[in-house]
Amino acid sequence: MTRAHTGRDFRIRPAGAGQAAAFVAVLAALPLILGQHWQVNLLVFTVMYAGLAASWNILGGYAGYPALGHGAFFGIGAYAMAIGTTHLGVGGGYRPFVLIIPIAVGTALAVIPVARLLLRTRAAAFAVLTITLMFMAQTLAYNIRGLTGGSQGISAPLAPFPAATFERPFYYAMAILLALTLAVCWVVRTSKLGLALNAVRDDEDRARGLGVQTELVKLVAFAVSAGLTAAFGAVWAYYLTFVYPGFAFDPLLALGAILRRFSAGGAACGARSSARP
Amino acid sequence: MHLFVQSIIVGVLFGGVYALLAGGQAIIFGVTRTVNFAQAILAILCSYLSYTLFTDFGIDPFVSILVLVPAMFAFGYAIYVLFLRRLSRSGGELGLLVLYALGIGIQGLLDFAYKTNIRVTTPGYANNSWTVAGYQIPEVRFFAFVLAVAVLGALQVIRQRTKLGRALRATTQNPVAARLLGVDVERISAIGMGLGVAAAGAAGAVFGMILPFNGNSQYDLLSKLLSIAVLGGLLSMPGTIVAAVILGVIESVVAAMISPDWSAFSFLVVLFVVLMVRPQGLFGRQLRGAL
Repeated sequence: MTRAHTGRDFRIRPAGAGQAAAFVAVLAALPLILGQHWQVNLLVFTVMYAGLAASWNILGGYAGYPALGHGAFFGIGAYAMAIGTTHLGVGGGYRPFVLIIPIAVGTALAVIPVARLLLRTRAAAFAVLTITLMFMAQTLAYNIRGLTGGSQGISAPLAPFPAATFERPFYYAMAILLALTLAVCWVVRTSKLGLALNAVRDDEDRARGLGVQTELVKLVAFAVSAGLTAAFGAVWAYYLTFVYPGFAFDPLLALGAILRRFSAGGAACGARSSARP
Repeated sequence: MHLFVQSIIVGVLFGGVYALLAGGQAIIFGVTRTVNFAQAILAILCSYLSYTLFTDFGIDPFVSILVLVPAMFAFGYAIYVLFLRRLSRSGGELGLLVLYALGIGIQGLLDFAYKTNIRVTTPGYANNSWTVAGYQIPEVRFFAFVLAVAVLGALQVIRQRTKLGRALRATTQNPVAARLLGVDVERISAIGMGLGVAAAGAAGAVFGMILPFNGNSQYDLLSKLLSIAVLGGLLSMPGTIVAAVILGVIESVVAAMISPDWSAFSFLVVLFVVLMVRPQGLFGRQLRGAL
């Protein structure tokens, strides 16, 4: 794994705050400048993939655990949104966006028992187990037909937004999530948690010997990473209004996130090249 | 009860094919410390090639293995030289990603060349079976099992009885020491990769006669192979073979007694349950920083 940059400076510097403000401004202005439907559609996926890469990075980058199963959490978020809008009667319009919060928190909490088990392994075995988790989740989506509709999937109701600016609410939902994810990354990176995660990445046994609570920090990184990934999946499902197992639980999702992180152009540029409608 | 025993027979026979694929993967992991995420698609590649050799040239899939195995050996050798050689052994996860990406690339080419129709190679004896004491023994699965035993036996003889095998084992145990003692570690690793991929080729050719396949079958097969590899302890050949047969039987029994829908899932459940008890797999040893 390549090394993520570790911020040792814990204060908010004016230059850094300025950069962050400029980034948010550009993020907010983009769909107004590039207003065509296909352009905004592309932007939605660009921002989503950037956010997925950033949320994967909390576990895969800072802690150095090669997780390949984030497709599972994305799919869980997507299915939770689809089930919430069809079966639970959350209502249309902007209300499904509220559902993102319980989905993210719920996924983060629900993965903890599984994460405890998975985190007993390292390196190659961890990579194998996480992708196995992805396949397990996919099989469940295929087989629990009453809830997931099996291989036919679920169609969520189409959002009743005006056709001219249909993509905008989804874009802003993704953008807010991206900003939130990057903020979480920043907080993690500059906190004691980030230092502990980097210690785990460099030499886990030694870190534990030196008194780092390796189990706890790994678990927190796993849960946060999974919860954020699920949030993106939820918005994705409401945007496409259609989820089925082979697409929502995508084995390539994690790989895509990782390769994008490796790409020199940074997460956002990498995401744009593989955005798909 | 009859169905139960019948499903065990079928499971053991097909477990041989899994053992062949996973055994090759274990050899590759030994010399490169990289889990070969392309093993499944390399097998599917050979399923397609033997399908073409059979439908267009009339060559029996078991005969086509004689062509495919040397070709896949060369391919595996080339994969090592082109993609893995420059990655350090500590970068095992990066190698894993490279091989995964390679597998996806191969799948793309296969989907392009063969389209995504589900295919199956059907020689004349494909649906024949013998009846022994009231139980059906499908001919293809039986021959596949014999082939798996033969290839794994040959690999075992190479590993245990030849100079090359000693070099392979030395590289697996400790590449630095092996290099100090005059082993050309890079060449041996490439040969090990070639042997592992060749095993996948032999397994793939018969796989195409047993189950219908297309490029996308690689994910199903890969998830099973990975479960087997971790259960078998990644490095250990005997462990991998035992794990493959056990999981082949479990899959077959679940398919027969409960539902084929859940047979793939049973693999993953077994894997998770075992890991709760033994994080290093059934036969693995605890390696510092490796597992």
